Amino acid sequence: MSDLRDLSHFLRWDGGTARFELAVEGIHCAGCMAKIERGLAAVPEVSRARVNLTDKRVAVEWAGGAPDPARVVDRLSELGFKAYPFEPARAEADEAQAAAALLRRLGVAAFAAMNIMLLSVSVWSGNVTDITPEQRDFFHWLSALIALPAAAYAGQPFFRSAIRALRAKSLNMDVPITLGVLLALAMSVFETLGHAEHAYFDSAIMLLAFLLAGRYLDQNMRRRTRALAGNLAALRAETAVKFVGNGEIREVPIASIGPRDLVLVRPGERIAVDGVIIEGRSDVDQSLITGETAHVAVGKGAAVYAGTVNVTGTLRVEVRAAAAGTLLDDIKRLLDRATAARSRYVRLADRAARLYAPMVHVTALATLLGWLAAGAGFHDAIVTAIAVLIITCPCALGLAVPAVQVVAAGALFRAGVLLNAGDAVERLAEVDTVLFDKTGTLTLPEPELVDAAEVAPSLLALAGRLALSSRHPLAAAIAAAAGAKAPLADAVEVPGQGVCAMVDDVAVKLGRPSFCGATAEAEAAEQRDGEASLIAFAHGTERHVFAVRQRLRPDAAAVVGRLKRVGLAVEIVSGDRAEAVAPVAARLGIAAFHAAMTPAEKIARIAALKAHGRRVLMVGDGLNDAPSLAAAHVSLSPVTAVHLSQATADAVFLSERLAPVAAALAIAAKARRVMRAYLWLAAGYIFVAVPLAFLGFASPLVAALAMSGSSLLVTANALRARPSTREAS
Amino acid sequence: MEVLVYLVPMALALGLLGLAGFLWSLNSGQYDDLDGAAWRAILDDDQETAIDDS
Repeated sequence: MSDLRDLSHFLRWDGGTARFELAVEGIHCAGCMAKIERGLAAVPEVSRARVNLTDKRVAVEWAGGAPDPARVVDRLSELGFKAYPFEPARAEADEAQAAAALLRRLGVAAFAAMNIMLLSVSVWSGNVTDITPEQRDFFHWLSALIALPAAAYAGQPFFRSAIRALRAKSLNMDVPITLGVLLALAMSVFETLGHAEHAYFDSAIMLLAFLLAGRYLDQNMRRRTRALAGNLAALRAETAVKFVGNGEIREVPIASIGPRDLVLVRPGERIAVDGVIIEGRSDVDQSLITGETAHVAVGKGAAVYAGTVNVTGTLRVEVRAAAAGTLLDDIKRLLDRATAARSRYVRLADRAARLYAPMVHVTALATLLGWLAAGAGFHDAIVTAIAVLIITCPCALGLAVPAVQVVAAGALFRAGVLLNAGDAVERLAEVDTVLFDKTGTLTLPEPELVDAAEVAPSLLALAGRLALSSRHPLAAAIAAAAGAKAPLADAVEVPGQGVCAMVDDVAVKLGRPSFCGATAEAEAAEQRDGEASLIAFAHGTERHVFAVRQRLRPDAAAVVGRLKRVGLAVEIVSGDRAEAVAPVAARLGIAAFHAAMTPAEKIARIAALKAHGRRVLMVGDGLNDAPSLAAAHVSLSPVTAVHLSQATADAVFLSERLAPVAAALAIAAKARRVMRAYLWLAAGYIFVAVPLAFLGFASPLVAALAMSGSSLLVTANALRARPSTREAS
Repeated sequence: MEVLVYLVPMALALGLLGLAGFLWSLNSGQYDDLDGAAWRAILDDDQETAIDDS
C-alpha cells in the first residue's frame, strides 16, 4: 500500500532540508512526546522530529538524503498514533504571525511601562518631599526617551486601525485610544519643556500595555482554535487515485490534482473532484450536495461532483476545470454574494465606541471651554481638558471585550465548538430563529442499521464479517452494527450486486435482494418502512433483509425541545423529499419544515425571515447549505460537513450529538450579558472619573490608579462569562 | 545625587537586557508550544529504554 502513496506534495523544501508536518491524533502527555520523538529519530535519514503538544502536531525534517514521508506515517502508526499529512494553511500562518507580532509589541510596551513607572514613582514621591526641578526634568526627559519610541512601535495596531476607521468615515474603540495616547504624549513633552510638575508618559504607555495584553489573549485563542481546525481538515483531507502514465495508479492528495487528470473512483469511495465519467456506471449518493437521500444512477458522460459518494460500480472520471453553470459554480457564486452581505456586521464594542467617542470628546471640549469661561489661563484649561481625555481613555473597555471573548471561546472549545469568526460569539447571542438542515445535521452522517435487534445475533455476526469485504456504505453500516472485526476468507465482490463467500461449504451472500434471492422479503420490508435502504443477506436457505437508514442524532429531540423552551423559533430547511423530511419534523416536534429546497430557495427563506427582523442561525453541513450558511446571521456546521461548508460556517462543532448547538447559544448569550455589564461599568466609571478630571484632580497618580484598578476589575468580571457547572452539563 | 549618573544607565541597561532576552526567546520559538514545554521539563533524557519499553 505504501508504495502507492505519493506524499511528496506535503514536503516543504528549504535549501537541502525537507520539512514535513503531520497532525497526530492522541498525543496527550510527555510519554507520547518522548515515544514519538525517539521513535521517529530512529527512522533512517530523519534529522529532526519535534512534537508540538499545544497544536497536536509533529514536524519532521530531512537534512539531505531522500525524504520518505510515507515511512514516517507508517512508523507513527506502528507506535500507535494515527497521523495525517498536513498542509499549512495560509490563514493559519497569518494568525500565528499576528499573534507573535502582538506579543513582541506587548513585550516592548511592558518593558517601557515598568521603567517609566520606576521614574514616575520617584517623581511622585519627590514632589511631596525634596526633589529638585532639575532632577524632575531629568526624569521626565528619561521617561520621554523611553516612552516615545515604545509608543511609536507598540501603538501601531491601534493607530492603523483608527486611521482605517476614520478613512471609512466611521468610529471604533481605537479612535479614542489613539487620540488619548497621542495627546497624552504630546502634552507631556510640552509640559516637560515648561518644567512642569506632571507628565503623563506612564499613563500612555501603561494603557498600551494593558490593551495589547487583551488583544494578544484574543489573538492567541483564535490562533489556537484555527490550528485545531486545521488538524481536523488534515484528518479529513481527501486523496484521490490518479492515473499516472501507462495505466498505473497512485494515491495523491486532492491539492495536486488538476483539470484533465484521470482519476479512479472505487465503490464506497467519496468522489473528491468535479468531473465527467469516461468509463463505468454506478449509483451515486448525492446527499451532501442536495440533501436528497435516494441514490442517482450515473453512466458514461454524466457529471459527478466533489462530496458525493460512489456507491456501486468503479468509475473513471476526467477532472474538469470549473466551467460556468455547474452546480458547484452556482453555489460558489451565491456564497460570494452572501458573504459580502454579512461582513457589514458592526461589533458591540465598536457600536459602543460610536456613542462613547463623541461623548468623551464633547466632555473634553466642555472642560476646556468651562475652564476658560471660569477665567483660567489657556494653558491650565487645555491641560485639564487633555487630562479628561486621558482618564476616560477606554482602557477597561478595550480590555473587556477581548477578555470576555477569550473566556467564551474557551468555554465553547470545551463544549466542542470551534470558532471560525472573531465576532461569532456576539452574533450567536442575538439569534432568535434556528434553521436546521436535515441530512447530516439533524441526522447522523453515516446510515445505520435499524432492525439489528430483530436478527439472530449469530446471523448478524456472520453478515457483519462478510460486509467487511465490501466498500458499499450499506455494508459498512452492517459491519458497524455487528461490531465485526475479522473478514471472511475468500469473499468475492460481484460489482453492482454484492459480496459472497463460502462458510463450511454453505454459500453466504450479502447484497441486492435479487442477488440473495430475497425479493419477497424485501417487498415486505419496503411495506414496513418506505424510506430505508434495503440490503439482503442469505446463509444457505436462511434469508434476511436488513433495513438501513439515516438515524437522528441521539439528542436531537432534546436539543430542539431546549431551543424551543428558551423561546427560539426552529425550522427545517432540507433539500430532501417531503416524504423523508416530514417524519423527522414530526418526531422532533418541529411544525415548520420546508422540503426539496434548492440552495437559492434556502437563501430566499433566510432573506424572508430577515425581512421580518429575525436573526437566523443556520446549522448545516452539505455543499447545498454553504451559501445559506454564509447568508444567515450566524452559522454552525458539524465537523463531518464538506470542506466548503466548514470554511463558510462561523463555528464548527465536533460532537456526534447536537448538544453543542444549544451550548453555543447559551454560552454566547451569557458572554453578551457580561459584555453589556462592562459597558454599564464603563459608563459608571466615566461618571466618577470625569467630574474629578473636570475639577483638575486627575493627576498622573490618580490616572495610573484608575487605569490599573479598572483593568483588574475587568479581568475579574470577565471570568463571570464562564458557564457554571449546571449550564455546562 | 551623583549616584544617578551610574544608577540610571544601569537600570535602563538591565531593563533592556530583559527585553532583549524576551525578544530572543520569542524569536527562537519558545512560545510556540507552551503545553509541550511544561511537560518537557520533567522528561528524563537518559532513560530512553525505559520509555521505549513502556
